[in-house]
Amino acid sequence: MHVILARTWALACACLLVLGWAHAADTYEHTLANGLKVIVKPDRRAPVVVSQLWYRAGSMDESYGLTGVAHVLEHMMFKGTRSVPEGEFSRRIAAAGGRENAFTSRDATVYHQTLPAERLALALELEADRMSNLTLAPEAFARELKVVMEERRLRTEDNPQGLLYEALMATAFQSHPYRHPVIGWMEDLRQMRVEDASAWYARWYAPNNAVLVVVGDVEPAAVFALAERYFGAIPARPLPARRALAEAPQRGPRTVTVRAPARLPAAYLSWPVPKLERPAEDWEPYALEVLEGVLDGHASARLPRALVQEGRVAVGVSAGYDPVGRGPALFLASVTAAEGRTLDEAVAALKAEIARLAREGVGEAELARVKAQILAAQVYERDSLFFQAREIGEWETAGLDHRARGLRIERLRQVTPEQVQAVAARYLVDDRLTLAQLVPLPLAAEPARTAPDPAADVDIRHVR
Amino acid sequence: MLTYAMYARRLVLLFLLACLPTAWAGPVIQHWLSASGARVYFVQARELPMLDVSVTFAAGSARDVADKSGLARMTQQLMSLGAGAWSEQALAEALADVGAILGKQFDADRAVFTLRTLSEPRAREQALAVLQAVLAQPHFDPAILQREQARAVAGLKEAATRPSYLGEKALQAAMYGDHPYAMDEAGEIETIERLTRDDLLDFHRRHYTARNAVVALVGDVERTEAERIAEALTRALPPGEAAPPLPPVRVGAAGPVRVIPHPASQSHLFLGLPAIARDDAEFFPLVVGNYVLGGGGFDARILKEVRVRRGLAYSAYSTLAPLTRPGPFVIGLQTRREATEEALAAVHELLAAYLRDGPTEDELAQAKNYLVGSFPLRLDSNRKILDHIGMMGFYALPLDWLTRYPERVAAVTQQDVVRAFRARIRPEALHTVIVGGATAP
Repeated sequence: MHVILARTWALACACLLVLGWAHAADTYEHTLANGLKVIVKPDRRAPVVVSQLWYRAGSMDESYGLTGVAHVLEHMMFKGTRSVPEGEFSRRIAAAGGRENAFTSRDATVYHQTLPAERLALALELEADRMSNLTLAPEAFARELKVVMEERRLRTEDNPQGLLYEALMATAFQSHPYRHPVIGWMEDLRQMRVEDASAWYARWYAPNNAVLVVVGDVEPAAVFALAERYFGAIPARPLPARRALAEAPQRGPRTVTVRAPARLPAAYLSWPVPKLERPAEDWEPYALEVLEGVLDGHASARLPRALVQEGRVAVGVSAGYDPVGRGPALFLASVTAAEGRTLDEAVAALKAEIARLAREGVGEAELARVKAQILAAQVYERDSLFFQAREIGEWETAGLDHRARGLRIERLRQVTPEQVQAVAARYLVDDRLTLAQLVPLPLAAEPARTAPDPAADVDIRHVR
Repeated sequence: MLTYAMYARRLVLLFLLACLPTAWAGPVIQHWLSASGARVYFVQARELPMLDVSVTFAAGSARDVADKSGLARMTQQLMSLGAGAWSEQALAEALADVGAILGKQFDADRAVFTLRTLSEPRAREQALAVLQAVLAQPHFDPAILQREQARAVAGLKEAATRPSYLGEKALQAAMYGDHPYAMDEAGEIETIERLTRDDLLDFHRRHYTARNAVVALVGDVERTEAERIAEALTRALPPGEAAPPLPPVRVGAAGPVRVIPHPASQSHLFLGLPAIARDDAEFFPLVVGNYVLGGGGFDARILKEVRVRRGLAYSAYSTLAPLTRPGPFVIGLQTRREATEEALAAVHELLAAYLRDGPTEDELAQAKNYLVGSFPLRLDSNRKILDHIGMMGFYALPLDWLTRYPERVAAVTQQDVVRAFRARIRPEALHTVIVGGATAP
């Protein structure tokens, strides 16, 4: 699962909710002399195009003390260049009937526009301009840093689920930079300077560290020509050596506790598992995808059925696995205890379901059901231009050839019940478990009042 | 006689229309009345081997009564948890076996079921048979009802710890007083706890009727097939009557600012009032005007001032939510507690200036360019087309509503915006709720 911070909230939610894979057919690829890779997928259902520029620089490329800089720079990319003043990027795209935004993940920073197909040139021109001409004024930086701190308050400081997820990642990963939150630790944000953002920009924003993905009502040759016209003159730059980053093997269960204002106790669970590296040869990532479907693929799949519908020990439960990423993969689960039941009971019930699957295996009908859903999802996801572009970008960023996505359906079809059982038994075991538990605090008790406020208990009063 | 102003206006209009992608007028919408009495809207789309269907009923939370608030939503929730020949689990499996996805949407006006399925006949027929049973033959199993009541109550208790929920709920109650739109869609803890199976059966019998249904279809089927599907989905419903009209909304004077204490590090500010109906004569002036004020993201005055210039908030906006009766206009933002009063003052200042002067010429042109130019983006997937035709059908908007959208936006003048905003966004009627506070908790 990727955590993605977008410039607007709704989009981030939409991105997180969409699951599945795009179809691999009919893409066209061309790499410019400066190293910019361009991938085009025509989809002519409406006169619309989506353009996404993926920089292979995300929070996993940050170092201690500088967490959050990838995301802060994403915000600064809208603050103007030598020829396009602050605010103009968004204004020109909107004037053309387009929408634009950006998001930062652990793996990448992505800038995207959706606009009438005949206006694609505008998006590419503006995007090429800010690849090398960003202004980065100290005063604009200081203002925007305040905005990012408000964003952190909204998403994390005041959001118990956000705090819990942050604690999970910081515990599940000990040595790998996936342990840093994408938005950064608050103290790092407070101390960040404009020079930090400039250094980041100079290090990573180069054509040879980017992939341009265009999906929509376009001719591939015309897109390649536009890319050459706008990006072609930007020189390639030497990129810093990327060290291989690994997570040290986990040698026993870990637990972390978050106390925050909330009502229902909840938990996140994670286990380190293999990610997809060789799409044609690997089998475990596909078996783990099917395992996710068996556990949580529909309203009465194993976890919701056992914990919510029958056992009534939880009011909500879920499982998740994303095999595509630059860093190590996790298998994730979450559970929210029902009223009158303890979190220990809910977590025990969840682990018991997984253990039962590892012990007894899965049925043929169950497996066929998951595969039918995967096949259908492959059709459904072609209804969204944005999603199709995002899938291509994620594969490329992870170092996988996006054309290998075509193999995925075939490889998923070949998964056997024994393989699903094997990955559950091998990986989803207590010695590899990280458990992050939310212990609810009553609203009134947190944090301590510094001075009594006589009006605080009165519901209605005037301010100012 | 053509005055200069009218002439200039027409020129702008012609120019904007000329900028539209030529020969793309959006999808072709077919419409008919099924033998059951349901209204049907259909767009054929053969590019992908799939079919999207929605069935909409006037069965939203505005059909609740105060002492059983939450009944409408609980009825919809239970309908898909066991129906016809299928138990709760068998129903979920029957859908999953063919890769179909059953969804629900719910608001004050509407209860909507959506179905996405592959268009090949085996998958399609199985998925549609399930939907048909969900609509007409829900079990309302008492044990499942009890479980869902407990889950809903737990959800409400959890939500009551969240500033955004507390603020929106308080604002909704303040804006709508004793109108049904004042009720929380999810109900109240005590009213949820008192719902019985008979309540659900009764609500279902009265509201889930063929004459109260709008069927929308988008996808890879022939017209004759779409006719058959729409008829099959609604044939087993009682004919019933169209839903009675909702009472009018009275917009009265707003009370004092309501402050709800909360320990969060940010205060959440909400300002709102009832403002815009679906069939509103001022619909387009309000939509265009709101783009400039707070709906247009980085083009909008609120985000420019509160976020970009002052760095006070990550998110700051104004929205319009048109409903059968006037739906809300809401300004919202979140800011660190110490900045609460500064942010509120900034919003008041922006709004006062906007009501006084309206948008500038440049701002108006920018709003129109965006709203006209982005027309194809609203319809670039089957799912978006489904949502639009389902909405148009429910609100009985004319079939050319979508295709005429750009020209209506283009026709809005500066004076239209000022008139509409002064009439609808009256500061003395604007309710204000702050969750958190101006000082450390």
